[in-house]
Amino acid sequence: MKTGPKSGANRAEPLLRVASLSKRYVQQRTFSRTEFTVNAFQDVDLELFRGKTVALVGESSAGKSSLARCLALLERPDSGKIEMEGENLLALNRKALFWIRRRVQMIFQEPVSALNPRLTACEIIAEPLAIQGEGTQLQRRERVLQLMEQVGLDAKWERKLPFEFSGGQRQRLAIARALSLKPSVLILDEALSNLDAPNQALILELLGQLQVSHSLAYLHISHDLRLISQFADEVAVMYGGRIVESKKTHDLFAAPEHSYTKELLATVHSVESILLARSA
Amino acid sequence: MKRQKKLVGALVLLAAFSSLLLFAGFFAPYDFAAQDREQPFASPTTLHFVDPQGNVHIRPCVRNLENSGPSARPAAADSGYCFPVHFFVRGTPYKIAGLFISAVHLFGVEAPSRIFLMGSDAYGRDQLSRFLFGGQISMLAGLIAAIFSMSIGIIVGGISGFYGGWVDELLMRGGELFLALPWLYLLFAVRAALPLHISQWEVFLLLVSVMGMIGWARPARLIRGVVLSAKQRNYVVAARGFGASDVYLFRRHVLPQTYGVVITQMTLLIPLYVLAEVTLTFLGLGVGEPMPSWGSLLSSLQQYYVLSSYWWMFLPALLLIPLFLVFYTAADALQEIHKTVTL
Amino acid sequence: MKYFARRLFHALLLLLAVSIFSFAILQLTPGDFFAPLGLNPQISSRTIAGLRSQYGLDRPLPVRYGHWLVDLLKGDLGQSFAYNSPVTPLLAVRARNTLLLTGTAMLLAWLIAIPLGMWSAVHRGKWGDRAAGVMTSALLAVPDLVSFLVLLLVAVRTGWFPAGGMVSSSFGDLSRWNKMKDLAEHLFLPALGLAIATLPTMLRHVRSAMIEVLEAPFIQAARAHGIAERRVLFRYALPVAANPLISLFGFSVGTMLSASLLVEVILSWPGIGPLLVDAIMAKDVYLVIGAVMLSSLFLVAGNLLADVLLFAADPRIRVE
Repeated sequence: MKTGPKSGANRAEPLLRVASLSKRYVQQRTFSRTEFTVNAFQDVDLELFRGKTVALVGESSAGKSSLARCLALLERPDSGKIEMEGENLLALNRKALFWIRRRVQMIFQEPVSALNPRLTACEIIAEPLAIQGEGTQLQRRERVLQLMEQVGLDAKWERKLPFEFSGGQRQRLAIARALSLKPSVLILDEALSNLDAPNQALILELLGQLQVSHSLAYLHISHDLRLISQFADEVAVMYGGRIVESKKTHDLFAAPEHSYTKELLATVHSVESILLARSA
Repeated sequence: MKRQKKLVGALVLLAAFSSLLLFAGFFAPYDFAAQDREQPFASPTTLHFVDPQGNVHIRPCVRNLENSGPSARPAAADSGYCFPVHFFVRGTPYKIAGLFISAVHLFGVEAPSRIFLMGSDAYGRDQLSRFLFGGQISMLAGLIAAIFSMSIGIIVGGISGFYGGWVDELLMRGGELFLALPWLYLLFAVRAALPLHISQWEVFLLLVSVMGMIGWARPARLIRGVVLSAKQRNYVVAARGFGASDVYLFRRHVLPQTYGVVITQMTLLIPLYVLAEVTLTFLGLGVGEPMPSWGSLLSSLQQYYVLSSYWWMFLPALLLIPLFLVFYTAADALQEIHKTVTL
Repeated sequence: MKYFARRLFHALLLLLAVSIFSFAILQLTPGDFFAPLGLNPQISSRTIAGLRSQYGLDRPLPVRYGHWLVDLLKGDLGQSFAYNSPVTPLLAVRARNTLLLTGTAMLLAWLIAIPLGMWSAVHRGKWGDRAAGVMTSALLAVPDLVSFLVLLLVAVRTGWFPAGGMVSSSFGDLSRWNKMKDLAEHLFLPALGLAIATLPTMLRHVRSAMIEVLEAPFIQAARAHGIAERRVLFRYALPVAANPLISLFGFSVGTMLSASLLVEVILSWPGIGPLLVDAIMAKDVYLVIGAVMLSSLFLVAGNLLADVLLFAADPRIRVE
């Protein structure tokens, strides 16, 4: 399915292009013949652009998270391509992949499990830098303080442990960590779902600011359509492991084509008011 | 917290006992092999604070040859003299931790008197000294075997949990093999493989290695569990996303999660292995003479006449009870603490 | 049925692995049963070599293992050098004795552990439970070795019970009733010792299993329905707690076997234990392997039995 708005020639090139990505899970009991095959996702095409957010919605099977992990290069799909600036990332050897990793980062749903409870905030944020061998310890700490400021965390808290932060603050920590390597793409796997409403708003705001200041492309997986209507430029709907519909947000909400999309939207109250708000 | 107090108390006691053993030579009046054939099975020496003349002293004294048991001979040299107990005496030299030599003992009496605070055995050897020196061997064996076992457990459990797949299956099935045998039988079987007449230190080392090799299965399984759950944590996944290598992940994120399990298991394993060594030696399959061990101290109890007539030979057995009690208290407290920490 | 076939297969595989392992271990070191003979200058090395080849000790390891395995299938466990007789009958008698002992001890231990554990769980926190807990901890701290020696001491000092052996020397002349009495007298102390050795852990597990079950919502619901407490305990809680307890049973077989070795030696009960110890001293290879295999067999059988019981008790497993 082709995605992307059909606007004019001065449209930027996609930062990340995904073509025909598929992944299956095969479960087999050792010493037995039976196998289960589960299709996580099939023939997925996506394009992510700088400064734009693509939202991914769908049922709560493993497909979306699995796709997110493949895009974040944490799992390997079975077939298809992931291209960044013309290069197929899946074809890279381990060494080259090591350097590419900094370009795509992931924010997880659960702020608690995403941070090692025994490390201080400073250690957590600096970890990517340490792993990738960037700078001296001093320089890394400098960077950590910068990042903490950028995400709205008080630099005084650098020595605190994760449990001393609130849920929203932990997500900020996670975002700071993700930003440390100056990525171009952020994959957010239900990053707002475990937060309460006020925190969601705050984090959304932060994400918006960062997207502009750092020219980031976002893939935001969410099930909350109301939130999506606020921040997404495009929405891709996933059903049965495939992308069944993919349009600009307003177009999707206004004129859904696929039956599943219609079902989804039916659960959202006051669609009209949303449309009204957006068209203003 | 009550638990922490229990734990600290137990650890303090263990530390105290360990230093007692470390400086066994100092606290023991005699060498573990020093025999006095004229005083076999002497009952524990009574300390008198009143000398034969009727004077009261602060310093206790010991009557000569009063303590001969069944082989009592008329105390020819007993002129009513009470040998005073001296402190910080010079006696047989001994080694501390195998390195430093000293000859100072905490207490002692002049020859020909003997001070057997825990009685003597068939060869007239001081049971207290043998208890202390034997403790060195038995506790050391337990400690080393436990460390060995735990290390294997960490490696196997770590690899198993981390990599999964057929490696995991293979290793865990292997572990099952070891768990399928009643451990004492297995220990014996392996002991059977060792030649019976080799140097004591070789026996000790072999014994310890064997014990360690047998008991890795349970710790390995526990560690594997911890590793499995730690591996799936999102912070490990995230670190992978930064390009972390497996070694880094294991070292930095997974391994620290195992510390709790490791420590708790150690408090359980050490007494278990101490007991294993004691049992083996008791049955004659462990360390041999002249190396002392609690097992050899107790082995004479297998003879009825010893058991029924010489009650003090039972003392080492009774002394083991509070030691294990302390270990298990510490283990219990640790388990409870650990449970509350790992939500 | 497929469930059992798999379990059985698994068990057999395990036993096979154990046999290979034991064989390999025992052959790893220099010296065999006849090695001490070499110390005697009057025995020529040719005689020794002849003895060796007569018993097949000079053949390569895999060959010996192969022969042993084949013989095993015929029920022949090889030859004991020390006793100069086949291993199987030797072991059979001893095995029967060990089973008798461990069976009795098991029964004794469970008969105490289950009621006491349940009672402890129900009266959790009250002084009765606390007292039981303290005693359990105290008992746990006593090493098996020590408790067995204490029992021996009791026997020797008081004479209430015989200090060893399975039957008196006059056994054959006794009437049927007296025979049983005699056996029971001899059986009492070792069985008691074994029971004491395994009781503390069992008690703890029963108690914690019951506590866990009693806190489950369905128990609260039963109570809310006005069902009598006793009925709740036995008809509702116990069957559910049976699950972990049956697994515990399988597990306790192993610990009990290990402890039985020791108690048999100390209290001179003619089981596998003393036989094994002597065989090891003498490097009587086939006897040692036979004894080890047998104890493994018991352990594996115990676990299998636990699996069977679990299957019968837990309908959920049948659905799998």
